[in-house]
Amino acid sequence: MFHRESGYYKTTYASDSALYPLPIARFAVAGFAVLFFVVAPLLVSSYYLTILNLVGIAIVGALGLNILVGLTGQISIGHAAFMSVGAYTAANLATRFDLPFWITLPAGGLMAAAIGIIVGFPSVRIKGLYLAISTLAAQFIIDWFIVHTPAISGGFQASIQVPRPSVFGIVLDTQRELYMFILVTVVIAIVIALNIARSRIGRAFIAIRDQDIAAEILGIDVRRYKLMAFAISSFYAGVTGVLYTYYSGVANNEFFPLVVSIDYLAMVIIGGMGSVLGAIFGATFVTLLPIAIDLVMTSVGPYLIDDAGALSGIKSHMRLILFGGLIMFFLVVEPEGLNRLWLNIRSYFRVWPFSY
Amino acid sequence: MDMFAVWYFVETTINGALIGLMYALIALGFVLIYKSTDAINFAQGQFVMISGVMVAALSADYGVPIVLGAIIALVFMILFNVMLERIVLRPMIGRPVVAIIMATIGLAAFLEGLFPMIFGATTRALDLGIPNDPIIVGTVYLTPINVVGGAVALTFFGAFSIFFMKSRKGVALRAVADNHQVSMAMGINVERYFVLAWSMAGVVAVLGGLLWGSAIGVDNTLAVVGLKVFPVVILGGLESIIGAIVGGIIVGVIEAWGGTYIDPAMTQPWFREFFPFEGGGTKDFLPYLLMIVVLFFKPYGLFGKVQIERV
Repeated sequence: MFHRESGYYKTTYASDSALYPLPIARFAVAGFAVLFFVVAPLLVSSYYLTILNLVGIAIVGALGLNILVGLTGQISIGHAAFMSVGAYTAANLATRFDLPFWITLPAGGLMAAAIGIIVGFPSVRIKGLYLAISTLAAQFIIDWFIVHTPAISGGFQASIQVPRPSVFGIVLDTQRELYMFILVTVVIAIVIALNIARSRIGRAFIAIRDQDIAAEILGIDVRRYKLMAFAISSFYAGVTGVLYTYYSGVANNEFFPLVVSIDYLAMVIIGGMGSVLGAIFGATFVTLLPIAIDLVMTSVGPYLIDDAGALSGIKSHMRLILFGGLIMFFLVVEPEGLNRLWLNIRSYFRVWPFSY
Repeated sequence: MDMFAVWYFVETTINGALIGLMYALIALGFVLIYKSTDAINFAQGQFVMISGVMVAALSADYGVPIVLGAIIALVFMILFNVMLERIVLRPMIGRPVVAIIMATIGLAAFLEGLFPMIFGATTRALDLGIPNDPIIVGTVYLTPINVVGGAVALTFFGAFSIFFMKSRKGVALRAVADNHQVSMAMGINVERYFVLAWSMAGVVAVLGGLLWGSAIGVDNTLAVVGLKVFPVVILGGLESIIGAIVGGIIVGVIEAWGGTYIDPAMTQPWFREFFPFEGGGTKDFLPYLLMIVVLFFKPYGLFGKVQIERV
C-alpha cells in the first residue's frame, strides 16, 4: 500500500547502502520534516513541547549509546557520567568565558569523548562483564571527581546556572524556541548516526561486534575502532548533557546518576540494538513511559486508592516495576525490540492485501 | 609513633576486614551463579534487599518471629530464584553478555519497585538480638554485628568449600561450572544443577539480608550493598570463591582506611595545596579505583581463570 518496492532493483553496492533505499523514504523524510519543523511548533501546546524536548534529548543519547552497544557490541554502564562531563564543560565555558552554544556544544562533546577514550581503554584488553564493571566504576569515579572538585562543579551544591543559548541575537528561553534548537541537533545527530552505520567505520564496528578476533584477522585495527566507538558514543553523550543543561538552565550532577545510565541502556535494548530507528523508538518509549504512567494513575488512581500520599508512592514504584518488567519482557520475548515490531508491521503491509 | 595510633590502625583494619567478609558473603551469591550458569546477576543486591525487607516487615507489621520470618524468606527466595531461572534466564542462554546484564538490571528495577510497594518503603530495624556494646579485645573495639557477620561468612565459606570438595553434588556443580557440554556427556543433568546454583544464591541472599539488614537497617538502600559486590568479585576473580573472600577483605579494609585516614586528610591544608578536592566520601569510590588499577595489570582478577579465546 504505502511501500511498493517492485521495479526497484539494487544493482550496485552503492545503491544497496544508499541513505534512501526507496523513493518512498524521501517522501517520508520530507513529510516528517514538515510535521516536526512546521506543524508541531505551531500547533502543539507548550507542555507537550516540553515532553518532545525531553524525547529529543534522549534520542541523541540513545543514538550514541546504540553506536557503542548495538553496533560495536561493547557495553557502558557509565554513560550518564559522560553526560555529566559534557554538561559541566559547557556550563564552565558558557559562564566563565561567555562562549556561545555553537562552541560549548561541540566542546562538551569533545571533552566527553576524551574522557570516553580513557574509560574505553580497558576495552582493549577486557570484554563482557569485566568491561561492564569497569565502566560502572567510571560512573562512580567521574561523578566523585566532578562533585568534589570545586573548580569544575562550582562549589558545594555542584550546580552551575547557565544562561540560555541565543541564535542571531534571539535568546532561546521559551519551550518553542528550545524545541527548534533541540530538533536541529537531533536531526544532525540522526544523519551522522545513519552515515556512521553504513560507512567503512560502521562496518568495522559490526565486524568487531560479531567476532572481534575474526575482525582483527580481516585487517581491522580492533583497538583503534573500539576506542573510536567509545569516543563517538561519549561525544553523543556529552552533547546530550549539554542539551540537557541548556534545557534546564542548570548543570547539576543530580541529573546524571547511575539510574540514567541504565535508562539509556534500556532505550537501546527496548528499541532494538544496532538500529538507528530502534534507538529513536526506544528513547521515545522510555521517556514517555513514566509520563504515561503518571497520566493513567492520576486519572484512574483516585477511584482505586483514596490516600493521595500512597498514590504518589505507588506511581514511582509502578514506574520501576513496569520499566524492569518491560526490559525483561523484551529481552526474553522480542530481543530485537520495538524496531522488529515495526519491521513486522511494515512487511505485513508490504504485500497487503495479499498474504504472499 | 605512639601506641594509640597503632592500635587505632589495627582496630580500623580489623573492623574493615570483618565488613569485607560480609561483602564477600553477598559476592559469594554472585560468584555461585556466574561460575555454574555463566549468568551475570546485577540483582544480587536486590535479592539481599528483598529478603531483608521481607523478614523485617513480617516481624514488625505482622508479629512473626525473626526465625520463622527468615525461614519464610528462605523458602520464598529459593522458589523465586528457581522460577527466575526458568522464566527469564534459561531462554537467554547463549545470548550476548550485554543482554543478560540488562535482563538482571531490569530485574533489579522490578524488585526495587515491587517489594517496597507491597511492604511499604519505610526504613525498619531488623533486630537479631545482637548487643550493641562493642566487643573489647585488648585495646581494640570491635562492632558486634560485624564480628557475627564475619564469623557467619567464614563458617559459610568453610561449609561451601567442604560441599564443593567432598559431596557428590558439589563435584557435579564444579564440573558444570567448568564445561556444560562435557558435564552433559558425563551424564550430569546440567539444568538441575543450574536450579541448585540459583537456590544456593537465594540462601546466601537471605543470610546477607539478615546480617546487613541488622547492621544498617532495612529499606531500598540496602540494595546499594550489591554495588560493592562488583569490585569484590573483580578483584578476586570471577570464578574463584577464595577470590571472593580475599576481594571482600581488600574492599572492606580499603573502605575503612578511606573513611578513617583519607577523608580527614583531605581537609588538611597540605593536601588542599596539591589537590583541588573538597569534601570526603572517598570510601564509595576507592574500591572501584583499586579495581580499575588491578584490571590494567591482571585483567582476570587476582585469582581468576585466564580465558584463552579461540575463533
